[in-house]
Amino acid sequence: MVLDVRDLQKSFPGAEGDVPVLRGIDLSMREGETLALTGESGSGKSTLLHLIGGLDTPDAGRIRLAGQDITGMNDAARAALRRSVVSVIFQQFNLIPSLTVGANIAFQARLAGRLDPAHADRLANVLGLSAHLDKYPEALSGGQQQRVAIARTLAARPQLVLADEPTGNLDEATAANVLDQMLALVTETGAALLVVTHSETLASRMERRAHLSRGRLA
Amino acid sequence: MIARICALLLWLPCTVAAQGFAGLGTDAEGFAVPQPDPQFTFPEDHGAHPAYRIEWWYLTANLQSADGTEYGVQWTLFRSALAPETREGWQDPQVWFAHAAVTTPERHLVAERIARGGIGQAGVTAQPFRAWIDDWHMAGPDLDELTLTASGDGFRYRLDLVAQGPLVFHGQEGYSVKSALGQASYYYSQPFFEVQGTLLLPEGEVEVAGSAWLDREWSSQPLAETQSGWDWFSLSFESGDKLMGFLLRDEAGTSYGSASWITAAGQLTAYPDGAFEAEPLRLHRVAGRDVPVAWSVRLPDRGVDLTVEALNPDAWMAVGIPYWEGPVQVRGSHQGRGYLEMTGYESRD
Amino acid sequence: MTALLSHWRRAKLQFFALVSGLALATALWSGVQAINAEARASYDAAAASVGEAQFDQLVPRAGDTVGQDVFLALRLSGWQVSPVLEGRIGTPAGAVRILGLEPLTAPGALAPVGMTDGSGLQDFLTPGVFFASAEVANRLAGAVEQRVVIDTDIAPGLAITDIGIAQRALDQPDRISRLIVARDQPMGLPPIDTIAPDLVRQTARDAGAGRLTDSFHLNLTAFGLLSFAVGIFIVHGAIGLAFEQRRSLVRTLRALGVPLRTLVGLMIAELVVLALVAGGIGIGLGYLVAALLLPNVAATLQGLYGASVPGALQLRAEWVLSGLAIALAGSGIAAFAALWKIARMPLLAAARPRAWSVATGQAAWRLAALSAVLLVTAGGIAIWGQGLILGFALLACLLIGAALFLPLLLHGAARTGSALSRSALWQWFWADTRQQVPGLSLALMALLLATAANVGVSTMVSSFRLTFVEFLDQRLAPELYVETEADRSAELEAFLQSRARETLPLLSIETDIAGVPSELYGVRVGPTYREDWRLLDGGAQAWDRVADGSAAVVSEQFARRAGLWLGDPVPIAPGQSPVIAGIVADYGNPLGQIVLSEPLFETLFPGEVPTRFGIRTSTPETLRQALIDEFGLPPGAITDQTRIKAFSLDVFERTFAVTGALNVLTLAVAAFAILMSLLTLAALRVPQLAPAWALGVTRTALGQLELLRAVALALVTVLLAIPLGLVLAWVLLSFVNVEAFGWKLPLFFFPAQYALLAGFALGAAALAALWPARRLARMPPSELLKVFANDR
Repeated sequence: MVLDVRDLQKSFPGAEGDVPVLRGIDLSMREGETLALTGESGSGKSTLLHLIGGLDTPDAGRIRLAGQDITGMNDAARAALRRSVVSVIFQQFNLIPSLTVGANIAFQARLAGRLDPAHADRLANVLGLSAHLDKYPEALSGGQQQRVAIARTLAARPQLVLADEPTGNLDEATAANVLDQMLALVTETGAALLVVTHSETLASRMERRAHLSRGRLA
Repeated sequence: MIARICALLLWLPCTVAAQGFAGLGTDAEGFAVPQPDPQFTFPEDHGAHPAYRIEWWYLTANLQSADGTEYGVQWTLFRSALAPETREGWQDPQVWFAHAAVTTPERHLVAERIARGGIGQAGVTAQPFRAWIDDWHMAGPDLDELTLTASGDGFRYRLDLVAQGPLVFHGQEGYSVKSALGQASYYYSQPFFEVQGTLLLPEGEVEVAGSAWLDREWSSQPLAETQSGWDWFSLSFESGDKLMGFLLRDEAGTSYGSASWITAAGQLTAYPDGAFEAEPLRLHRVAGRDVPVAWSVRLPDRGVDLTVEALNPDAWMAVGIPYWEGPVQVRGSHQGRGYLEMTGYESRD
Repeated sequence: MTALLSHWRRAKLQFFALVSGLALATALWSGVQAINAEARASYDAAAASVGEAQFDQLVPRAGDTVGQDVFLALRLSGWQVSPVLEGRIGTPAGAVRILGLEPLTAPGALAPVGMTDGSGLQDFLTPGVFFASAEVANRLAGAVEQRVVIDTDIAPGLAITDIGIAQRALDQPDRISRLIVARDQPMGLPPIDTIAPDLVRQTARDAGAGRLTDSFHLNLTAFGLLSFAVGIFIVHGAIGLAFEQRRSLVRTLRALGVPLRTLVGLMIAELVVLALVAGGIGIGLGYLVAALLLPNVAATLQGLYGASVPGALQLRAEWVLSGLAIALAGSGIAAFAALWKIARMPLLAAARPRAWSVATGQAAWRLAALSAVLLVTAGGIAIWGQGLILGFALLACLLIGAALFLPLLLHGAARTGSALSRSALWQWFWADTRQQVPGLSLALMALLLATAANVGVSTMVSSFRLTFVEFLDQRLAPELYVETEADRSAELEAFLQSRARETLPLLSIETDIAGVPSELYGVRVGPTYREDWRLLDGGAQAWDRVADGSAAVVSEQFARRAGLWLGDPVPIAPGQSPVIAGIVADYGNPLGQIVLSEPLFETLFPGEVPTRFGIRTSTPETLRQALIDEFGLPPGAITDQTRIKAFSLDVFERTFAVTGALNVLTLAVAAFAILMSLLTLAALRVPQLAPAWALGVTRTALGQLELLRAVALALVTVLLAIPLGLVLAWVLLSFVNVEAFGWKLPLFFFPAQYALLAGFALGAAALAALWPARRLARMPPSELLKVFANDR
């Protein structure tokens, strides 16, 4: 099991007391598995993703990532987890603006201490970024930026890739293209992939599908 | 010539600052007070009278250059005593000051000097006659033949004066009453000077000729407390006759007048309060004050009905305590020229 | 309008930064102006009361006084002059300087204080009155028969009275010291020489302390401007950011049809209101600063120049207005670029490759080019320039040039750091630092200027102090100083003959030599002069040559002003031109100094009898007692050297307290600038930092890195500031000082002080960065996650 979530609960403070967002989620994923997480706006998809990615902490329940329980971990341990085990691709603003494309791609892998330059080069090549390595993110189109984010994530070889509407900001053709490449590469590296999406097209490409409604999975 | 009291106040202690021109109505402690029926002795009385608080030698001249341009010249030496005595050196309580002015239709140039007696910087001697302050002087063998000099920022003049007639004595033989309460001064004049001389002005030297009028007056308490200022006229007519008249304005709006009619031969007739009339015809704004620079002047007893108009309405004397003094043109029942002095016109700002 | 204003409600911090920055800038400026205006007004009055500075004067060609008849002769020839008699009278409580004036002829502004309304004139003329400060009035009471009126506007140690009273009090009947020449003179006067050949005309600007005090004020003004520049950096940052953040709002409003002209107009109006409010607050603060510093300034001016300034402050329209004007002008300058951008902004903005241009340091290079121009100009002035104003222009070029060079230096430092670092984290740190340089460089320039000024001024003050102490040791070598009446002078010398190791009569007169107002001294050349007076220039035989009457020793000020140096003859009297054999320092003396031998002095001025003596003795206490008990000198007539020295040092210490205080304030403002920049940047920082956090950098580490970044940038800044400060000190000591005071000071280095200052500056920067860093370290994850949220 790469991911094992049990009875996960999370609420956020609202105008009239705490508003429960996740009301007991159970979810698990095997190595190399791909999963689409769907649900209406505000159903808690992103929150679940953030919790699994070690970016936020749950109120109750348990998350095991690659066999480690992350719920009791401190800030530093969770940061270490983000460097090497799990990696998140957001809809936008994934990149570090002050670093070049090349440096962005290598950044996470270097933080994790496992940069394989040949692998990174190949990723950049496959994703059509080779010509842009010395540019700054601001000079790239949205599709290119998302491809950089994908390259960066895969260069770090995480066991679990989380993606939050990774193509949400892209036009249809670009989105299809980026998705194709992402799926191909994830499969190739053997990582598990969890994608949060609205898109039926995207969801249909995943092996498994989970629907989040009113804080529970269906 | 009451008017001349004004400048005295310049450096006078105490009351001046608070009361302006009205400040002369104070008591005259320790100072001699003019008495009726004076007996003058000359030339001694042309000199200074340190026992009296204030005194002046006041000369005004109406002059003309060869091209017919009118000029006015003023030369005044005042004595103001802090105590009724003289002392040696810097301790002398006699303070002297002087005003000099040249008026043209376009310009009015003014200078002022102040000095202490006792060290030789200013004074008056009777025989030979010499009145001086710094380099300004009015001097000659006697009062009938004088040389007059003064200089200031933008002007310098030198005039020769020769008297063509006798001294005349105002009021009761030189005892001139200044208010209904009896304040008075000693007052006589030499109004018959013939003048020749040179004015040095920014535009160059001008030769001038004309006539001049010298006033001598001394007193210790010439004004009543309620009197706020005066309008004083000295007019010379083409007929050779002359008129001196003044109105002392009261705070209540009434006035106290006096006049002297002087014939070409030097016969003086004194007129009491009420005989002499003067009314403003036109006001002119100068130095923030509205000053009457055209007057209707009447002395019905002599058939005098005149319009008196300033040669230069801006003849403002911007000195310690400022006043208006300048040459005038006379038209109406008589033609002529003269001088007008006006004091106590306060700024309304 | 509401839409525009609502921005400030959301960005309270920016608003605070803008208002407080502008207010602080105005405060420092107007505070300094207030001190300046107050001091200037006061010693204008003081100078007026002694007839110096504003009027030409006629002084005796030789000797202290001339006869009063000269005054009379000049007046009778038409010259508008007024006599002055000056002198000292001894009282049991110490000597008092008496100034006799002639109020009737004195030019208008000269009327003694307290009688300008004419009310006191009668008393002043006769029987006479003395006007003096309370302390002097106490001394005079009983010593003079006239009434003494206390007037706080009168300089310490001085009493003003009528010239006649002064002649009697000083026992100088019919004598005067000098004549004041009125500015307006009548037409056609004869030349003065023909009337008074014994008098020399001194033009107004050469007389008195005007020039010196001017330089002090220029100094203060320079500091005020510097502080204001620091403040403007803050305002510039705040306004720039505010406009930047409102760009989208402006775009929306324009798209909705609001004309650009209206928008810009509204924003200008808004700025004017803000500037006026902030300026008003600043003036209030400035008043406080001034009120706190003024006693020090008063001490400084009095110590340096003997000009008296009362230690109380009046609100003066001139500095209130100048404060508001400068607040408006400052925010105008700061806002101009921002408004210009908005006005030229297209409706649809194209993305600008900012990171790339920053990474290549384009802007930094442009600024550095400008900086090079300024620095070359500064070099040119240093080599060829002359005059006080150019001296300050040199300072300005230097400071601004260095400030403009700073971004490139920071950029280079970050680049080097990046090249040297091996780990991804540090590479990112330096890359990010480079990106931060433009945003922080204004604040860092402020820090640079403040630190450099601090280093420069502390170097100057410490150098001055070191030199001054040594100088005091030389000059105040005699253990005792005594003063006596002229008729007991010979008797005193005889008395001291057997009792003192060396008796040094202090003979001096003030006069004009080679066109320089100077003091001429006759000294008894002996061991004291030979051993204790250090010559700045001159051979070992200098004192021998003075002793034989062939040479003179002159002060540096005299030499520089007269344009004479070693070997040049000094024309002290017709046929008497001893050559300069040595040059000595004479710090703080507005007059030149020429030292001759006693015999030569006596031939030149046979009437002068020494009334002051310096005494060398190994038993000062015993001798002092003997002088009092056996010779009958009043104790007040004997001063011992340690007291004078302590007093002089004390005056000196207070002298530069003001500059010190201003320095600390400037540094504090710079730290505030950094804090405000970091705080306003903080909101922009989150999107830049969130990706790194998401990729596994802890918030604590991010916070620490932010703090470290601020300190690193500050460190580079301070490293530049120290040499800049030293150059500043050099300019102050070797250029401005010579122009303003007429002497050059040696430059000493104080590494420990610089280390302390650097530490303080870094501490200030770290302190300023601490709060934003802590905020970052404690930022809840949800805040960071918002960056990535879809509906941002």
